Amino acid sequence: MFRWIVARDLTLAWRRRADVLSTLFFFVIVVSLFPLGIGPETQLLRSIAPGVVWVAALLASMLSLGRVFANDYQDGTLEQMLLTPQPLYLVVMGKVLAQWLVSEVPLVLIAPLIGVQFDLAPDALLTLFISLLLGTPILSLIGSIGAALTLGLRGSGVLISLLILPLYIPVLIFGAGAVDASITGMSAQANLYLLAAFLVVSLVFAPWATSAALRISLE
Amino acid sequence: MNWSEFFSMGGYGFYVWGSYLTALIVIGGEVVLLMRRKKACKRVNRD
Amino acid sequence: MNWYKYASPSAFYPLAGKMIPWFAIPAAILFAVGLYIGFFVAPTDFQQGDAYRIMFIHVPAAWMGMFLYVLMAFYAGLGWAFNARLSSMMASALAVTGALFTFISLVTGAFWGKPTWGTWWVWDARMTSTLILLFLYVGFISLQSAIDDPRRADRAGAVLALVGVINVPIIYFSVQWWNTLHQGATIRILAKPTIAPSMVAAMLVLLAACWLYSIAIVLVRLRCIILEREQNAAWVAEGAA
Repeated sequence: MFRWIVARDLTLAWRRRADVLSTLFFFVIVVSLFPLGIGPETQLLRSIAPGVVWVAALLASMLSLGRVFANDYQDGTLEQMLLTPQPLYLVVMGKVLAQWLVSEVPLVLIAPLIGVQFDLAPDALLTLFISLLLGTPILSLIGSIGAALTLGLRGSGVLISLLILPLYIPVLIFGAGAVDASITGMSAQANLYLLAAFLVVSLVFAPWATSAALRISLE
Repeated sequence: MNWSEFFSMGGYGFYVWGSYLTALIVIGGEVVLLMRRKKACKRVNRD
Repeated sequence: MNWYKYASPSAFYPLAGKMIPWFAIPAAILFAVGLYIGFFVAPTDFQQGDAYRIMFIHVPAAWMGMFLYVLMAFYAGLGWAFNARLSSMMASALAVTGALFTFISLVTGAFWGKPTWGTWWVWDARMTSTLILLFLYVGFISLQSAIDDPRRADRAGAVLALVGVINVPIIYFSVQWWNTLHQGATIRILAKPTIAPSMVAAMLVLLAACWLYSIAIVLVRLRCIILEREQNAAWVAEGAA
């Protein structure tokens, strides 16, 4: 069931490639805006790079989070999923994994290239990659709670961001902090371990909260 | 009681009174808006 | 005495009405007393001059913002777990007051920061966490107002509030960590070498005043919410004065 859901969501996403690509382009464009707005001085860019890339990844992800459940909700598939004997937890995990693979992984892969634009050193680029690799699943997991809570509501797109971003701030702090540490030559290990810990906790609790939220939204 | 001294709060008058004024406005505002809401919902229920 | 009968909105409504003056009037009195102590009894601070007097409203407001959030999450959770409408209504009633206190603490914090540390805003752990707390309140209120069905709004709010309340210590910890790492000039957050008893007294009296005020105002709002949601119930039509 789990594999089926992931496969199905991936296929559907492939059919709507444009949506996926637009998230990626949004990310790239937003990141590029900062040097244009702030000025090209390399020292400054290097120091703001972690924050900028992370925040841009957050904002780009917000665009795609609404879609996790919305499409299935609209055509009634979601209700059917709730009725299956399979635990809802698995359905949620499947959908979240699919969303992560489709929307977040491209961001993670392209981030090092973006990092080069900000004149980051190779080890900082690696830390950027790893921190986003750890942080984006957390975003998908926590974001799915928001998506489930706001199912079918007017203005749900903005509302999801309003609900999720404050909850996501610790991840942002440690994620960007990891890259920052790399840049200044300190060890990013503490930050990355904490991110990993957040990831584990989210993996356990977020799907449960999302399932509860889905039941609430679909009653 | 030297009122002008009290009012100036050792030079920090703007900050001290600014804070308390804000608090007063917010709390007062909350009360006023709530009273209006109370009137409105009582009116609706009377019908 | 059977307390459970008060769990229904119709029974609690008149009880709340009777309770309100018992909280509102002492609140007003304590506000007056606290402000008197704070301004006329407490001495001028050696280091911060008279600017420190902002603390008497800033600290109670900050605490109320935090306590009310936890209380809100508690009632929301209770309402969700036991399907108790009144508990959920209580959570909704608490939200606005909590958010406003948080807002007051942010503004008064800024007013305190400017003369004391030179800037209107300081990204220290407390102020930043308080700002995020305000965002959490706004999220809760927005979510509830976006949902038309009251029961769905109650339960969705409960999920959000509970996820938020678990996150609050994490947020505080992470901001503190971030802040100590990024700290530029050394800023002592609460520089009070010795605190005179009258200062403590003023703060505690005002804290008590804020609590009493909160209870009173939340009960008023709760009664409004009860009337608004129970509009079709018979007891309302029979004259809920």
